[in-house]
Amino acid sequence: MAVTAPAFETIAPPAASARKRRYTEDQVPLGKMIWRMVAGFLVLAVFVLPYVIMFFGSVKTKAQIRSVDPTYFPQEWHWENYINMWSTPETPLPQNLISTIIISVFATLLVLLVSLPAAYYTARFKFPGRMVFLFLVIVTQMLQPAVLTSGLFRQFVALELIDTWAAMIFINAAFNLSFAVWIMHSFFAGIPKEVDEAAQIDGAGRLRVLFTISLPLVWPGIVTAIVFTFVACWNEFAASLVILSTAGNQPLSVALTKFVGQYETSWQYVFGVSIVAIVPVVILFMLIEKRLVGGLTAGSVK
Amino acid sequence: MSTTSETSSIPAGAATGRPRPGGQGGQGNSRRPRPGGTAGEVKPRRGGRELLGALPWIGPALILIFGVVLFPAVVMFFNSTRDISISGLDKGSVGFDNYIEVFSFPYFWPIFGRTIVWVVVVVVATVLISLALAQLLNKAFPGRRIVRLAVIIPWAASVVMTTMVVYYGLEPYFGIINKFLVDIGLIATPEGYGWTRNPETAFAWSIVVAVFVSLPFTTYTILAGLQTMPGEVLEAAKMDGAGPVRTYWGVVLPQLRSAISVAVLINIINVFNSLPILKVMTGSIPGYDADTIMTMIFKYIQNQHKVDVASALSVVAFLIVIVIVAIYVRVVKPMKEV
Repeated sequence: MAVTAPAFETIAPPAASARKRRYTEDQVPLGKMIWRMVAGFLVLAVFVLPYVIMFFGSVKTKAQIRSVDPTYFPQEWHWENYINMWSTPETPLPQNLISTIIISVFATLLVLLVSLPAAYYTARFKFPGRMVFLFLVIVTQMLQPAVLTSGLFRQFVALELIDTWAAMIFINAAFNLSFAVWIMHSFFAGIPKEVDEAAQIDGAGRLRVLFTISLPLVWPGIVTAIVFTFVACWNEFAASLVILSTAGNQPLSVALTKFVGQYETSWQYVFGVSIVAIVPVVILFMLIEKRLVGGLTAGSVK
Repeated sequence: MSTTSETSSIPAGAATGRPRPGGQGGQGNSRRPRPGGTAGEVKPRRGGRELLGALPWIGPALILIFGVVLFPAVVMFFNSTRDISISGLDKGSVGFDNYIEVFSFPYFWPIFGRTIVWVVVVVVATVLISLALAQLLNKAFPGRRIVRLAVIIPWAASVVMTTMVVYYGLEPYFGIINKFLVDIGLIATPEGYGWTRNPETAFAWSIVVAVFVSLPFTTYTILAGLQTMPGEVLEAAKMDGAGPVRTYWGVVLPQLRSAISVAVLINIINVFNSLPILKVMTGSIPGYDADTIMTMIFKYIQNQHKVDVASALSVVAFLIVIVIVAIYVRVVKPMKEV
């Protein structure tokens, strides 16, 4: 990494030297270590359990999954569920998946487009109203669509954008903006001003400095912002529930709730779709594991 | 150096444990730059012209915040005093009639009380379990990395989908959790208790799910706090002959104060705003015996098509959230180094 790389990491793992010290100097007794491993394994088991149940359910037949004497493990593996589930009558799942993807992708792009300049400018320059702006960002972070849904609903009815992807793209972008601004702001602030100044002395304009000098240095912050925003939009539920009424427009999170309380729910399909929806975002989240807390807690926990 | 304005209980220099690449030297620099931080010094600019210069950069963000967050709040306040027909027609002002309808609804106070129970029980249980989890994940052991990653899963996964697998698991006869409870002898018949049919048990299981999905964020926040703790402090406590329990209460917990207060406040907001868990677990139960303020708002909007009354209740909820946010800003002081 470049010498000037920003080191804002909310959960910095212990440095290599510290880790070594723990194993050697501290000399944890073997018994204690085994106890920790057992506890660790139990924690792991509890946290993956619902998703293992989901996965096993997704390869059972409807008869197996609704059997009055169910088995924990699938006796046969019905992978064809992952094909058949897309044509279930309850809701147009392929369209729901497309909705989820389109809303998440465009909302994330919008967030990036809007928050990157804001984060850069507020980290680099003082101007009247800067504190007010950052305060607004923090307050926005604390607000969620759920509490404002009735207002959002009426507003988008008035704008004639009700039941459109555009409405959900705006809503998702607006409510996830703050995390992105905050985390990228802290990365920009971590670049020593000398770097910018040197570039400016060399005659580079502000935009050019931003794109050629700053952006490569804050790249980890941008990735964090993208992933976090994308996953939040992917899972959004409350606003979509009210704003999107046409079945085909709804994201998966809303569409799947239609299966609940039905006389004969095809749980195997619910779980197949859930696995498809969950696996990618879990992987994305794991990639930014170390920086997750920073943007959310506005840096107040280091 | 902005560390001079630091008021956090975590001592400066105790920061990361990871040396800052190219650290700019000098003490206090080992801590991570906070938002608005230190290294890239902010250039002072004054006057209205500077504000105009800033607008192209912060303008789009302002438009989104005002247009999609603050303006809907105004719309909501306005609608809460209007009479809006089922088809969405505004039939004029009714003063505070919608609020009267909200508060005179016979189930309102039970719902209000249940909301408090919901928030308090979920947040307290979450924080207590997270304290233990973070403690474990902060200790060195083989496989720790995998356990840490596993803890993230419910954070990334859709809450709706996580709740649905629990809902299925609790179904009579074929639900897998229900079967497990029968197999270990906790319940007598595979018919189960109708976990998701009775408002009380469905609500109790909703609390379990809410705690489960709140654990990752809370654990990670507390873990972040633990990792800022200087090893010397713990060693000093050890030298003074403090046992593990005493060290934890006397040294570790006080140091975690800021991490815990952030986690508590953000959790309060999240849990208060939470809709999907109760919507899935208790949504198909008739009546209002498992509702919180948030699910009630959505019942007004979706089932009764009373956007005006929903707005009134939303305003009540909004004011509660604003109070929590005000406490957050006072206690956590997120602006202190910007």
